[in-house]
Amino acid sequence: MTDFITLDPAVTPAPEKNGPVLEVRGLSVDFGVDKKWVPAAIGLNYEVRAGEVLAIVGESGSGKSASSMALLGLLPSNSRVSGSVKLAGQELLGANEANIRAVRGKDVAVIFQEPMTALNPVYTVGAQIVETVRLHSEVSPDEAKQRALRMLELVELPDPEKAFRSYPHQLSGGQRQRAMIAQSLSCDPKLLIADEPTTALDVTVQAEILDLMRNLRNKLDSAIVLITHDMGVVADLADRIAVMRRGVIVETGTAAQIFHNPQHEYTKALLAAVPHLGQGGADPAAEVDVTAALAAATHAELTSVPEEQLLRRERENAAALAAAEAARPQGQPVLELTDVAIEYPKQGRVPAFRAVEGANLVIYPGQVVGLVGESGSGKTTIGRAAVGLLPVAAGTMKVVGQDISAAKRNGRQLQEMRRHVGMVFQDPSSSLNPRLPIGESIGEPMFLSGAAKGAELQHRIEALLDQVELPRSYRNRYPHELSGGQKQRVGIARALSLKPKLMVADEPTSALDVSVQAKVLDLFQNLQKELGFACLFVTHDLAVVDVLADRICVMQRGRIVEQGTRDQILRNPQEPYTQRLLAAVPLPDPEKQRERRELRAQLLAAESS
Amino acid sequence: MIQFVLRRLLQVIPVFLGTTLLVYFMVFALPGDPIRALFGDRPPSEAVIAQLRQQYNLDEPFWVQYGLFLKNLFTFNLGVDFTGQPIADTLARVFPVTAMLAIEALIIQGVFGIAFGLVAGLRKGGFFDSTVLVLSLVVIAIPTFVLGFALQLLIGVQLGWAKPTVGSNVTWGSLLLPAVVLGLVSFAYVLRLTRASVIENMNADYVRTATAKGLARRQVVMTHVLRNSLIPVITYLGASLGALMGGAIVTEAIFNVPGVGQKLYQAILRSEGPTVVAIVSVLVLVFVLANLLVDLLYAWLDPRIRYEN
Repeated sequence: MTDFITLDPAVTPAPEKNGPVLEVRGLSVDFGVDKKWVPAAIGLNYEVRAGEVLAIVGESGSGKSASSMALLGLLPSNSRVSGSVKLAGQELLGANEANIRAVRGKDVAVIFQEPMTALNPVYTVGAQIVETVRLHSEVSPDEAKQRALRMLELVELPDPEKAFRSYPHQLSGGQRQRAMIAQSLSCDPKLLIADEPTTALDVTVQAEILDLMRNLRNKLDSAIVLITHDMGVVADLADRIAVMRRGVIVETGTAAQIFHNPQHEYTKALLAAVPHLGQGGADPAAEVDVTAALAAATHAELTSVPEEQLLRRERENAAALAAAEAARPQGQPVLELTDVAIEYPKQGRVPAFRAVEGANLVIYPGQVVGLVGESGSGKTTIGRAAVGLLPVAAGTMKVVGQDISAAKRNGRQLQEMRRHVGMVFQDPSSSLNPRLPIGESIGEPMFLSGAAKGAELQHRIEALLDQVELPRSYRNRYPHELSGGQKQRVGIARALSLKPKLMVADEPTSALDVSVQAKVLDLFQNLQKELGFACLFVTHDLAVVDVLADRICVMQRGRIVEQGTRDQILRNPQEPYTQRLLAAVPLPDPEKQRERRELRAQLLAAESS
Repeated sequence: MIQFVLRRLLQVIPVFLGTTLLVYFMVFALPGDPIRALFGDRPPSEAVIAQLRQQYNLDEPFWVQYGLFLKNLFTFNLGVDFTGQPIADTLARVFPVTAMLAIEALIIQGVFGIAFGLVAGLRKGGFFDSTVLVLSLVVIAIPTFVLGFALQLLIGVQLGWAKPTVGSNVTWGSLLLPAVVLGLVSFAYVLRLTRASVIENMNADYVRTATAKGLARRQVVMTHVLRNSLIPVITYLGASLGALMGGAIVTEAIFNVPGVGQKLYQAILRSEGPTVVAIVSVLVLVFVLANLLVDLLYAWLDPRIRYEN
């Protein structure tokens, strides 16, 4: 019982003052693939001290997750680990199974990415925490329950008793991640490994979880290893950063060093590729100081920014907005929604579900409209209705001049309309038929609509491959032979094949790594300028919309709560929800993020009072 | 929850009417005259035949016969078969025997299928796994009557470990050998299903979480993997209970078990409509109740599909 901490750091004996909690030397991980050893991490060296957050950043395949799972022996059996991992001086690699088990969950706890699948769906949250507590300390079931309830309270769950009794599927994503954190902290670990803890969450929920983790670090004085690909999350939380690429740490340093004075080429490239809310397109004059804009819109006063500076930044922002008001769109709208409601039709016993209500939206030729919102806001629903995949329950929707709100499902009118509309889907892997060579996938819309045949069709396919900058020789390859970015290029080529007047892009880059995302967005932008199609760009990522969109619509719970030009939304957000959303996006810069954090705290405080 | 059970029980009514009607019609449409068939080579006088026809309502049109059957059924009077035995007595005699056989087979296939499947799934690709997979394929491939005769000859006759036939004195012990034969094919399916399910769940994220908590492999498997893996297996076991009750004709014939299968076979040969339909009706009830039980078990195992209003 004595090893049960109170949550006051003064009482907690620090494990050897100044000595690192975790010391990793020459850590290498290999995976056996087809009887060969493929390295996933090579000779890693790093250490973490108590109360310190070390962020390991890298893109997919960099070995950041594999090397961290290796610390606790959590890798699958086809792996091989060498080197040295010392926890408070005690060697973990090669320790016997019983010793490792005693460390897992007790001294070192892990927070996983996807809290829905990382918690067992058939046991209550409480039962799973109690299981952890009782495993590592001899307490009665009742004491363990009290401990679990205290932990659920610590992670700021609104109703700990209820959360204790809930099954994982009965909680929201953010609540599940809180429960996961409660479980990790339940045995007072010296070291916490957080593997992409906020990647599966909405941006406002992500901000809450990051706040929570920062509070906990201050309270508990544990060492934290944070594994992530998101530079914004890193800027928000990390004290020191290790950048990984292809199994090797290419650069380590303090957060300030890495963000302001990166040494390695890859670090520089990675930082440049991160879309940065407010940065806009290539034109540096288009940059928006979102913190200043929010401060002006909400009359917040920031202690971390000198008053004159904040006023100056607010004035510059207002001037840029006035300048941007001038330009007006021309021509007949390509997509026009008037008081549109969209329902998912009822299926058997499940009643119809109204996902969108009272939506008004206009897209003019050549305009890119970004539709942003969090999960469940109805943004994808509008995208799907615009191509006639969902019926319109009320109001009128005109696509390329035709009213399709009363069109029959799969009727002639919809078929006709679809010739003018292209769609790019979120997951490039599952939206291409795996049995068709990509040339055929690209040519299929033209073939079906009779737009081109024979040699003409082949020419068009080659021209489209040129446009999306893929080699013509790729036309006979199958989707699994291509990388994620290449597959999404194929998806864009297919959407362009009928020379659409309107393009609906549903989260086309959210499944891609940042450096790949930057290239695909760049290509998309160039194509849009060159071909001049109008675009409805659906995404949860405000920074992506900022790069691409002329207009931005913000959705919340099935309604468009605010819309306007990019400058209006970013420079002068009026709706509290828009303000909250903008404030929640972490900036890939530790100092600016500190300002932003203070602003967000004030926003939330003002709202709750 | 109670509402769900009630709704499911109400669904029994149309299912019951539909199946009995269908079976009754099929027996009615069988070629040949059941009354003449009764007397074999020595045809009785026309007057006797006419009297028997009237006694069993065979001179009435189909709908009237079916209506009379339903009326009798709901007044709990199942009537007598062509040999004068009350059908209710026949059912009371044969169903307990088959139920014993089916339950024994179910336990064998459930316990051994899940245990073998679990071990095979945990040692995927190993010697045990490969052996069990090949053997289960052999069991699935060999027809039941071949397996039945082979085991009867080997264990019953040559080794003498069990009585080769059951006869009229039915005990749990004497039913063991037929139960093994009856359960063997489903055992192979249960094994493969469990194995696949365990392999899938061993790769699930929550298993990694459980390991990261510090649980030993044994605890991870028994508390976290097993319960999740049983969900599809339970569904299969429930469905197979119905099949075991009704599908034991071959096994019962080989081992001379006086159960439902044997009785049903005789009744079909004699075109005894009322007996066939009575047996089938009980089997339908067993099927429906077994499925209801599966759904309840399912909800108990997996809280995500608990029936909330």
